[in-house]
Amino acid sequence: MQIPAVRERLQNIDFIDLILWIFRAVIILLVVWGTIAAIIDNPYSTSQWINFIVFGIAQGSMYALIAIGYTLVYGVLFMINFAHGEFFMSGILTATVFLAGPMAASGFMERQPVISLLIILIVSMLVSIAVALVTERVAYRPLRKAPRLVPLITAIGASFFWQYFFRGLYGSQSIPFPQIQALQGSFSLLGTQILKTQVLVVVVTIIVLIGLNFFIMRTKTGKAIRAVAEDKDVAALMGIDVDRTIAITFATGASMAGVAAVLYAVVFRQVQFFMGFIPGIKAFTAAVLGGIGSVPGAAVGGLFLGMFESVGPALFLQGLGIPAAHQLKDVIAFTMLVLVLIFRPQGIVGERLGEKKA
Amino acid sequence: MHKKTLTLLSLLMVISILLAACQPAAAPTEAPVEPATEAPAVTEAPSGEFECTDEIGCVDYGPGEPIRIASALVISGPNADLGLDSQYGVEIALDFRGQVLGHDVELQAEDDGCSSEGGQTAGQKIVSDPTILGVIGTSCSGAGVPMSQVISQAGYFMVSPSNTAPSLTDPDQAWNPGYLRTAHNDRVQGAAMADFAFNELGLTSAAAIHDGDPYTEGLANAFSQSFQELGGEIVEFTAVNVGDTDMRPVLTAVSAAGPPEIIYYPVFTNECAFLTKQAKEVSGLEETELAAADGCISDAAAEAIGPDGEGMYFSGPDIAFTGELYERFKEAYREKYGSDTLSVFHAHGFDATNLTLDCVEQVATQEDDGTIHIGRQAMRDCLYATEGYQGITGTLTCDQYGDCADPKISVSQLQSGEYVRIWP
Repeated sequence: MQIPAVRERLQNIDFIDLILWIFRAVIILLVVWGTIAAIIDNPYSTSQWINFIVFGIAQGSMYALIAIGYTLVYGVLFMINFAHGEFFMSGILTATVFLAGPMAASGFMERQPVISLLIILIVSMLVSIAVALVTERVAYRPLRKAPRLVPLITAIGASFFWQYFFRGLYGSQSIPFPQIQALQGSFSLLGTQILKTQVLVVVVTIIVLIGLNFFIMRTKTGKAIRAVAEDKDVAALMGIDVDRTIAITFATGASMAGVAAVLYAVVFRQVQFFMGFIPGIKAFTAAVLGGIGSVPGAAVGGLFLGMFESVGPALFLQGLGIPAAHQLKDVIAFTMLVLVLIFRPQGIVGERLGEKKA
Repeated sequence: MHKKTLTLLSLLMVISILLAACQPAAAPTEAPVEPATEAPAVTEAPSGEFECTDEIGCVDYGPGEPIRIASALVISGPNADLGLDSQYGVEIALDFRGQVLGHDVELQAEDDGCSSEGGQTAGQKIVSDPTILGVIGTSCSGAGVPMSQVISQAGYFMVSPSNTAPSLTDPDQAWNPGYLRTAHNDRVQGAAMADFAFNELGLTSAAAIHDGDPYTEGLANAFSQSFQELGGEIVEFTAVNVGDTDMRPVLTAVSAAGPPEIIYYPVFTNECAFLTKQAKEVSGLEETELAAADGCISDAAAEAIGPDGEGMYFSGPDIAFTGELYERFKEAYREKYGSDTLSVFHAHGFDATNLTLDCVEQVATQEDDGTIHIGRQAMRDCLYATEGYQGITGTLTCDQYGDCADPKISVSQLQSGEYVRIWP
């Protein structure tokens, strides 16, 4: 009885399936081969490996925070908000120009690093939220009933608009974000030097994610967001103000982006009108990687992406003997995306989407 | 079935993009000089007697019409200072010159965007206008590669005040007829930087990082070769992407390979600032000297780097020019733009413009009513024949592939936010 079943299965495998399988096998083979070669011919010390991982976690935390904005909006509206990278940029750019620069110049930042960072954080979040609300009201709400592609195009337009709006306001040069002495340097943990800024990033991200989880799962507004995500019409019948809830969703996502942007500025100490574009694309990737529409998915996807970018070149590519491996970190990240999507189209922790959402 | 086909197609697309990315950046160009089929006749010469005999056509300017020259420099974005500085040099050269053969000279300023797309776009825009004689540009070698192809095929010429990638004047690589430059070739700059690091600082191990742009890759290569020839060791030769912000992984890789005594990263403003800020945070690199190049010398770059760059080295063209002309130039610059020179390629822009205008005076045919006719091939021939020209940047002599510079390289050090020339 076994054999005919197998034969039938073999007959059902068509040509395209075969190619896809070969492709998967080749990538996995390359990854395994590169990893083994890297481990045998190990050019890095243990503490350097730990460093790669820490860099990856810190970078991934930022991606995770930004990715939440994509995933929340997708959850309620099923649209990809490509202007989200600009929400990220707008807050910190404004806070740097009007607050961080003057506070550093007057010496206030040296004396009160915690207070000044909190002020910068609040301003950054508020500006991001304001930009998000304006975008939602002007560019997305009137098109809510339009076909799916229309808001996508508007989102790209909104992205350009905000980029060049802020370029017009603050100029196109890179603006340095002041160094905060209290966060400079590193401390030693099990023989590995770990940067204080990166610890800050990870700690803040964890706190914010816990807070977000509480907000969505335990508060009335969070419940409304989940209800609207489930079914807008029924939610409206239950007395939920859908417009308001959607605006709150945008504001939540934007405030996460505002936090991520402050962390970005503290770590990289340089801001510019174009700074939101690449993190935006990366965070979108992270959201898809984790499973778009799912908040834990965004967090997991962000961490994975950060790790692939940081550890990947050293682990997979240098083992294969590819020169200048770090230039190819994006290739690794996106190959991993393709791979994850082939094996799990719903993303790492995403649930299989129904016909309506897919 | 349908969905699978889609998946396969998208896969193929990803692979083909990857393959395309693997192609050599500068396709070797046999550079077929396709003579412009139609002579771009701008205005009917009123007398109607002139006949253009130039093999790739003529440009005519009627009485009272300005001679039109384009510039294609990076005048927006983080590297704007680099291009604006050159553009100011061009504008001052035009101011000093006044009229040429009784015609005003008009500058059409384009932006090269410091990218190959930007160079391509600016080039297309320029060659679509037959009243433009030629181009002063580009700023960035990455923009220069595609633009020189466009410009060359349309029969125009371009004189770059700041392209330094060796490939641009190498006929086996990216050189196209009609391309010249008054900036130095980075073979010279790389060698000078290696000389400084090895002989002056006494360092024997180095790493080089580029960002894949022809300028940065060419310079990093030239430095590495010269450093090895001197007897030094290159422990790591690697690259980052334009737009990267997290440089710590690549710096950790550099640290693991050595750590070297000096890291040379001839990249542009943003990546240069990120590398500088993060280098000191990577364990193993605390004592490593840092060095960058002329793509990172500008007021905006010094500001972006901030205090972390204190004491780092920069190779670049030696702008300690002497002479009464340079004094006059600097005075005019201050007066017109209200600041000291922004970057290092202003004098090269000035010289490039003057070379061009001198050639206009030599090759133009003038009629009684003031109409002038300029042959495009004659223009090119005249530029390539430049010999012993006295400009601000030195004595310029062009070779057959357009290297005109009198290359002088200096090394400066960032001290309290100022670039201070320390060598030679």
